[in-house]
Amino acid sequence: MIEYRSIGKTFADGTEAVGDFSLVLPSRTTTVFVGSSGCGKTTLLRMVNRMVEPTSGQVLIDDVDVATRNKVELRRSIGYVMQHAGLLPHRKVIDNVATVLRLNGVDRKEARDRSYAVLETVGLDSSLATKYPSQLSGGQQQRVGVARGLVSDPNILLMDEPFGAVDPIVREELQTELLRLQHDLDKTIVFVTHDIDEAFLLGDQVVILKQGGVVAQVGSPAEILASPADDFVRSFVGLDKGHRKLRVEERDGVRIVVDATGKATGVLDPS
Amino acid sequence: MTWFQNNTDKVLDLLLSHLWLSALPILIGFVIAVPIGWYANRHPRLRGVVLSVAGIFYTIPSLAFFLILPSIIGTGFLDPINVVIALTGYAVAIMVRSAADAFESVSPAVLDAATATGFASTGRAFTVELPLAGPVLLAGLRVVAVSTVSLVSVGALIGVNNLGSLFTEGYRTDNDAEILIGVIGIVLLALVFDGLLVLVGRVLMPWSFAQKQAGRT
Repeated sequence: MIEYRSIGKTFADGTEAVGDFSLVLPSRTTTVFVGSSGCGKTTLLRMVNRMVEPTSGQVLIDDVDVATRNKVELRRSIGYVMQHAGLLPHRKVIDNVATVLRLNGVDRKEARDRSYAVLETVGLDSSLATKYPSQLSGGQQQRVGVARGLVSDPNILLMDEPFGAVDPIVREELQTELLRLQHDLDKTIVFVTHDIDEAFLLGDQVVILKQGGVVAQVGSPAEILASPADDFVRSFVGLDKGHRKLRVEERDGVRIVVDATGKATGVLDPS
Repeated sequence: MTWFQNNTDKVLDLLLSHLWLSALPILIGFVIAVPIGWYANRHPRLRGVVLSVAGIFYTIPSLAFFLILPSIIGTGFLDPINVVIALTGYAVAIMVRSAADAFESVSPAVLDAATATGFASTGRAFTVELPLAGPVLLAGLRVVAVSTVSLVSVGALIGVNNLGSLFTEGYRTDNDAEILIGVIGIVLLALVFDGLLVLVGRVLMPWSFAQKQAGRT
């Protein structure tokens, strides 16, 4: 369990990224921070592994304040996946994946074996293992990034817009893959995105943020759609634009679903 | 050509001393300049000062420097160490800028990712920053190598023997062949140093080569 207690963050130049933020992220679930740029979502994520230190308040992991833990050891115990994968360009794919294991003192042989296994888990062919990151496509690099985050089997996985830089088709593939992985692995995932559809797809708990880390609404996707807290949320999730408001019409005896503009989007399953 | 055949031993001797008179400053200069460049890159305010000082240092004429040096550090006037120290100074002066640029060229996003995955700062400096700065460091070192090989010949004017001695002697005895051999020897030596450095780069940084190829497709 991750808990934010009255977190505030003002950067050295005086900008307030987060005012006063409190939230509990239950274990083995995915929490998505979603909002436009400047809402403090990445800042909040990076406080979990102390890449950013709060100016006030505490972040706790299983009731232990992260500020009391050694930074480097803390980071090695948490998986981190970022935009553009953040792989080391001078190391082969397999060594990139093995990084955290090697830093944790696992011997070379075992680190390699475990890295090959996790490459398979994320759906990468082992022939890619001896290539350098620059020789892979964006989607493949991103999978390597996920593999690196998972290799030491951490309880917590931090994902900072991990699929933001890949094309829509690959993004969808990676999202599906992540859902499958999460189903099998049951990690506590903190996921940051600016894409509300991605947030609703992946999140058990979705946190919609306004500027300055102000919470607009917290809830499951269904809860947020059923009762949006205010106009900001209604517009952010697209309830004002019509494509989320669906109704059923009957055509030739089949019930089809159309949105507010009358565009057909699907067929109602008779079962 | 006949002059060369009659003086092969002498030329080889001079080549050998030219070799180590250049190799030492190149190596020592590199080892000194890299940490300075690294430090300067991390401290933007210092960076300007360090680079200016290095730039000014490089404008000191080498002959003057060779002559002043013994009185500053108390070495013998004809001691080859003067040449080594002076050329190390020039090597550092050129290399510091390259080193600062090299560390600046390392992507901040990659460094941030390395920190986030759990590299401690010392480990990150040696296993991430240094190798990633490698290609630009190598480019700088190649300039240093060629410039040093050529500067060593000035040492002949203060009586430190090397291939440059063929210039001074050839000029005195009006022997064009001897001068030409000196020029050829120095150019060849510079090419060998450069070739070796490129080779070392290929071996130590295969990733950089792979990256260029990936960029081409």
